[in-house]
Order: sequence, then structure tokens, then C-alpha cells
Amino acid sequence: MTENIIEVRDLVKHYPVTRGIVFKKTIGQVKAVDGVSFELKAGETLGVVGESGCGKSTLARVLMNLERPTAGQVLYKGQDISKLSGGALRRLRRQIQLVMQDPYTSLNPRMTVGDLIGEPFEIHPDVAPRGSRRSKVKELLDLVGLNPEHINRYPHQFSGGQRQRIGIARALALRPEVIVCDEPVSALDVSIQAQVMNLLEKLQAEFGLSYVFIAHDLSVVRHLSDRVAVMYLGKMVEIGTEDEIYERPTHPYTQALLSAVPVPDPTLRDNKAIIRLTGDVPSPVSPPSGCRFRTRCWKAQDICAQEVPLLQIRRGSDHPSACHFAEKREIVATHEAA
Amino acid sequence: MSEQSAPGADGSGRPSGRLLEVDDLRVEFRTRDGVAKVINGVTYHVDAGETLAVLGESGSGKSVTAQTIMGILDTPPGFVTGGQVRFHGKDMLAMSAEQRRRIRGEGIAMIFQDSLSALNPVFTVGFQIAEQFRIRRGMSRADAKKRAIEMLDQVKIPNAKGRYSNYPHQFSGGMRQRAMIAMSLALDPEVLIADEPTTALDVTVQAQIMDLLGELQRERQMGMILITHDLGVVADVADRIAVMYAGRIVEEADVYDLYAKPAHPYTLGLLNSIPRMDEKGQELRTIKGLPPNLMNIPPGCPFNPRCPMAQPVCREKLPPLLQVGRSRASACHFAEELVNRD
Ligand SMILES: Nc1ncnc2c1ncn2[C@@H]1O[C@H](COP(=O)(O)OP(=O)(O)OP(=O)(O)O)[C@@H](O)[C@H]1O
Ligand SMILES: Nc1ncnc2c1ncn2[C@@H]1O[C@H](COP(=O)(O)OP(=O)(O)OP(=O)(O)O)[C@@H](O)[C@H]1O
Ligand code: SF4
Ligand code: SF4
Ligand SMILES: [Mg+2]
Ligand SMILES: [Mg+2]
Repeated sequence: MTENIIEVRDLVKHYPVTRGIVFKKTIGQVKAVDGVSFELKAGETLGVVGESGCGKSTLARVLMNLERPTAGQVLYKGQDISKLSGGALRRLRRQIQLVMQDPYTSLNPRMTVGDLIGEPFEIHPDVAPRGSRRSKVKELLDLVGLNPEHINRYPHQFSGGQRQRIGIARALALRPEVIVCDEPVSALDVSIQAQVMNLLEKLQAEFGLSYVFIAHDLSVVRHLSDRVAVMYLGKMVEIGTEDEIYERPTHPYTQALLSAVPVPDPTLRDNKAIIRLTGDVPSPVSPPSGCRFRTRCWKAQDICAQEVPLLQIRRGSDHPSACHFAEKREIVATHEAA
Repeated sequence: MSEQSAPGADGSGRPSGRLLEVDDLRVEFRTRDGVAKVINGVTYHVDAGETLAVLGESGSGKSVTAQTIMGILDTPPGFVTGGQVRFHGKDMLAMSAEQRRRIRGEGIAMIFQDSLSALNPVFTVGFQIAEQFRIRRGMSRADAKKRAIEMLDQVKIPNAKGRYSNYPHQFSGGMRQRAMIAMSLALDPEVLIADEPTTALDVTVQAQIMDLLGELQRERQMGMILITHDLGVVADVADRIAVMYAGRIVEEADVYDLYAKPAHPYTLGLLNSIPRMDEKGQELRTIKGLPPNLMNIPPGCPFNPRCPMAQPVCREKLPPLLQVGRSRASACHFAEELVNRD
């Protein structure tokens, strides 16, 4: 049994919707994350996919303890992170690091690369004594494939892919066990995206890191992940090994998602079986009753409006799925026909 | 002046019967740090009913070319230093501001990379569409509203009537993108420029939007310039592809030819670095090195410091965009070799 580094239990994060400027009145709740459970094992990569606004970044912020959950728990090696304080909290902050979505705005433009990557050492001086910091930063720059001589440059002097490497070097500075990557390659173009993905894999092999890898590009997620969780409107709808999700998905949303992945081969454009969803993603302020996917689901029945489908293993399937009618479906695996 | 000759552009400036053509366009940005040569001779065209996809690295000049076509280049610091943008054979860069304004919207319309910042947050979505009918078509308030609701309905916004008076932030990302499409199609343009219309949307919503664009395009015989990083989307919808690198077109080809056998090493590198769903666990191939500094573009072929095929000649001579075979052009000294390899 591999040990669970992180366990997430029934996690909920709601944001109040207010009206009025002086006298703020709460008129509703954005149910950004609404009852999510999963675990992350040592050395593994858990991919998280789902449409824009389904709660992926919110989940990342709560995992990082940057925001307190409305309900539920995040356990780090069995300890509830929202109960930590003082030295224990500082140690946790060392062990879990975040790489953010946007390499263009997530780095302070007035700090040099050396200061940016060395900043974590200011907060955790025990990791690197003052005298050794510059050489540590240079080591990190080298590790992520940047020129150590560029230590005095500013972020705007780097390209998007290079800035993302700076973010990764910064996350690695304290030798964490877990890195939460929130869309680390979405803003990059394919050739640079490939460089960053290779780097993440190399670092994992070298340091035994665990990753939570958030993205909306399904091929990127498949390439890097051991297990994959699919989110829809604040809920996890399916979770399984990379193979279970990509080869044997049972939730209609996962099936639609996979069928719609554009395949980079024009000769296949006319013989794809895309499941066309109709309608829009509902508002997270007032999600549909029962199954949240029911307003776009072609299989919806009366029960779907009445009963929330639990994320559990059902008959005829080998992994958890939150659908009353979970079943395999022959998805034309166009990507393999090439 | 022009060192490029591409299919469709003979450099003579004569009308060629094309709907929209960009011919040897040059744009530079003059900033405090120096002059960035951002567009260095871009030539492409689009005809009625056709989709041209523009691919290329971040910073290669895809959006700046589109902004120049639309006449919304940020000047200063941006300056057009050469070339033409011809619409029905007439050079728009030589037109008066008033003439250009008349083409915007009705002749050529654009969907912007970022829909939230392109819609005005203080007006309702419906009002912003209706205004176009009032100002450009002189419709009454009531008629304009009716037309705007029809447009919202046409882009499949559910409950269009009720949604008319929503503000942009009350729309989801996918709906906002559709509202942008409604707005840009309102005046029935002949050419639509779509700059990353689906980036950041999940693939199911992306599929809905691309379907919608395809449908509207067929109905109206509209020419479309689709700017995107997504080689999957391009494979699905493009007729022809223009690949940009450092402000130049380095390859232009029919979609099937380009994916089957790229005629430029940059295109080849791009196609090789796509993570494929069926190749898990292998190291991805990459294009080594970095995009060029546009204030100091390397002499010869701008791709030479990163090109695995580079030869000494590549550091000295700029390869012109020349026809290779029937339906394609490449700006590489060794294009023939690339196309003829097995
Ligand atoms: N601070 C906040 N206050 C109110 N609502 C918020 C806040 N942060 C996020 N939300 C809302 O919560 C929902 C989930 O947002 P989140 O950023 O987690 O989505 P996401 O899955 O990361 O989307 P994307 O793929 O676009 O990054 C959205 O509806 C968003 O508008
Ligand atoms: N207003 C501006 N001032 C100075 N430089 C600019 C300005 N707008 C664009 N540029 C520069 O022009 C170059 C081309 O930018 P452009 O936006 O066309 O790239 P792109 O190909 O659309 O990239 P992306 O894929 O990232 O959208 C970039 O180097 C950019 O920094
Ligand atoms: S529970 Fe019902 S509505 Fe939800 S995904 Fe399953 S079939 Fe569709
Ligand atoms: S001209 Fe030379 S450097 Fe440029 S793409 Fe061709 S082979 Fe490479
Ligand atoms: Mg996010
Ligand atoms: Mg752009």
C-alpha cells in the first residue's frame, strides 16, 4: 500500500453573492466546490479536468490552505490542515507548493529572478543559510533549464515558457513533497508546453514528487497523470486510473468530453462520433437539483432530477462514477485510428 | 522591395478577385527599449466561404496582423511600414478613416481573444448588439432590440429574450463567447477574423461554438480567418493553413498536405510536439531554444538557431516564401527535400 499524502473529505467551498455597496446583503452562494473527496498517493500524479468555472482553481486554493473550506477537510499525512498553526503550518507550507495558471501575472515584475526564486528561503531560513542562497538559486535555475547567469534579470525579459519555469523553480526551492499545478501549460503554445511537461516528468522521477495537475486539455492530462478526476459544476463526477477514465469512462459528461477532443489529423474530421451536448453550463449559484449534469445529459430520467447520484463503483464498472445510469459506451477511439 | 511571392499574390498590386488579401505587410513597434520588427512581410488571403487557419508561436504576430487588417493597431507604438491589406482589391491602408470604419463590422468583423474584456462591462449584452443596428442601420430602438434578440437566438443562447438585459459578467465563458460571435456577425460581415475564439473553454463548449461558426459560415458564404494554437481544432475546420514565425509566413498549405507532410522544419517541430492521447509516457519532442528577440532577429533564416536541419547557407540567406508543389509554399532553403522525403 502506498501511503496517502493528501486526503480530501467532503470538501465544500461556497462564496457569498452580495448585493448593495454600503449595506452588503448576501443573496446567494456560489457553490464553487460542493462535496469533493479523493486522495493523493506519494509519487503519483492526479489529473483534474473539467470545464471553465467548475471549481478547479478553488480546489487548488483550498488544498494550499490559502482559503478555508466552508465544510469538509483536507488531511495532510492524516492531519487536518485547517487546524494547523505556528511551526506546523509553516512546515506544511513548505511541503505543498503551487504553480499558477498564468505565467504573465503570477510573478512580481519588480523582483529579479534571483529574488523571486530565493524568496521562499527568506520565509524558511532553515532550508538554506543566507550565505548559500545565491548558489542554491543558481542550482535551481540550472535544474529547470534556465541559464544561471540570468539570475539578475526581471520576469519581462523572459518568454512565457521561461516564466513558467521560473514559477516551477520557485515551487521547488523548498524541496516540497507535493506540487499543485493549476493549468501550468494552458497559456503556452504546443512546442513550449512540451518542454514544460517534459521538465515536470523529469523532476518527478528525480525527487519523487506528487502532483495535482489541473488542466482542461485532456491529452495533456493523459500524458502526465496516473489517475484522473473529472469535475462538473463543483462536483467530482468520475475518478479512476488514466486507463479507466480514457478507455472505459462511464459518466456521460466524461464520455462527451472525450468524444469532443479535437484530433490533430484532418483525415479523421468526418468520421468522428462527437457527442453533441446542448444547452449551457448552469450557474453555480443555483445548480440543477439531483444530478447537476441533467440539463445537458441525453440519458436523463426523472430520478436524475430527484436524487443526487453518489460517486461510487456501480455494477459492471471498475471505478467510481456519479451517474445513476453509469455504463461503458463505445467511444470511437479516433486517436488510435491514426 | 518584396522578396516574397506566394500563391495568390503577384506583388503587382493588381486586383486579383480575392476577397481579402494581406500583401507583404510590415509592422514595427517603436518602444523605449528599441524597435521591435513584429510583422516582416506577411502575405495571406481568404476567399468567400473559406477558412484560413493562422498558426504560430506566441508572439509571432498573429494578432497584430489581425489588428492591422481591422485598422485597430495600437499606434503609437505600432506603425505599418509597408505592404497592403486589400479588401475586394482595394488597399484599406490607403483609405480614409471614414471609409475604413464603414468596412468594419459589415465588411470585416473580428472576435477577440478575450471576450470578457472585449464586451463593455457597464452595458447589457443585448444593448451592445442593438446599438450596432441603431447606429449602422438606422433602426428604431424597438426594431434594433428585436434584431438583437434574434441574433442572440441564432447563436443559441437559451432564453435570448430574457438574457437580452444581462450584463457580460452574468454570462458564463461559453455564453460570452457566443455573445461576441452574435455581435461580430450582427452586420453580416463578408470576412470574420476569429482570434482564439475557444481558448479556455472546455471541449464540449468548444465543439458547440465551432459547429455554430461553421454553420453560420456556410449559410452566409463568409470567409474566415481562424487564429489558434490548437492543432486539433485546425485539423477539424481549416481549408488552408498559414504558419507564422517571427512575423513571417513560413509555410502556407492545404490542411491535408500540411498535416501529412509539412514543408517547413518549424511546422514539423510544431506537429511533433503535440501530446497525443495514444502516446502516453514517452518524452515529448520539442522545438529546442526560444522564440527570437524581435528587436534583434537573427540574420539569414530567423529559425536557424533552433532548426535541426540548418546549414551554413541558413545563417546568410533569408529564404523567400516560394511555391513547392501545387498547393503550398514554404520559406525554407530545403523545402523540396522536406517534401520529397519518405
Ligand atoms: N472569490 C470568489 N468569489 C466569488 N465567486 C468565486 C470566487 N472565486 C471563484 N468563484 C466562482 O467559483 C466558480 C469556480 O471558479 P474556479 O476559478 O475554481 O473555476 P476553474 O475550474 O478554475 O475555472 P477555469 O478553468 O476557468 O480556471 C466560478 O463560478 C467562479 O466564478
Ligand atoms: N501594443 C504593443 N506594444 C508593444 N509591442 C507589442 C504590442 N502589441 C504586440 N506587441 C508585440 O508584438 C509581437 C506580436 O504580438 P501578437 O499579439 O501579434 O502575437 P500572437 O502571435 O498573437 O501571440 P499569442 O499567440 O500569444 O496571442 C509580440 O512580440 C508582442 O510583444
Ligand atoms: S445521473 Fe442522470 S442526468 Fe446525471 S449523468 Fe447520469 S443519466 Fe445523466
Ligand atoms: S532555411 Fe535553414 S534554418 Fe531555415 S528552416 Fe530551412 S533548413 Fe531550417
Ligand atoms: Mg482555474
Ligand atoms: Mg494573439
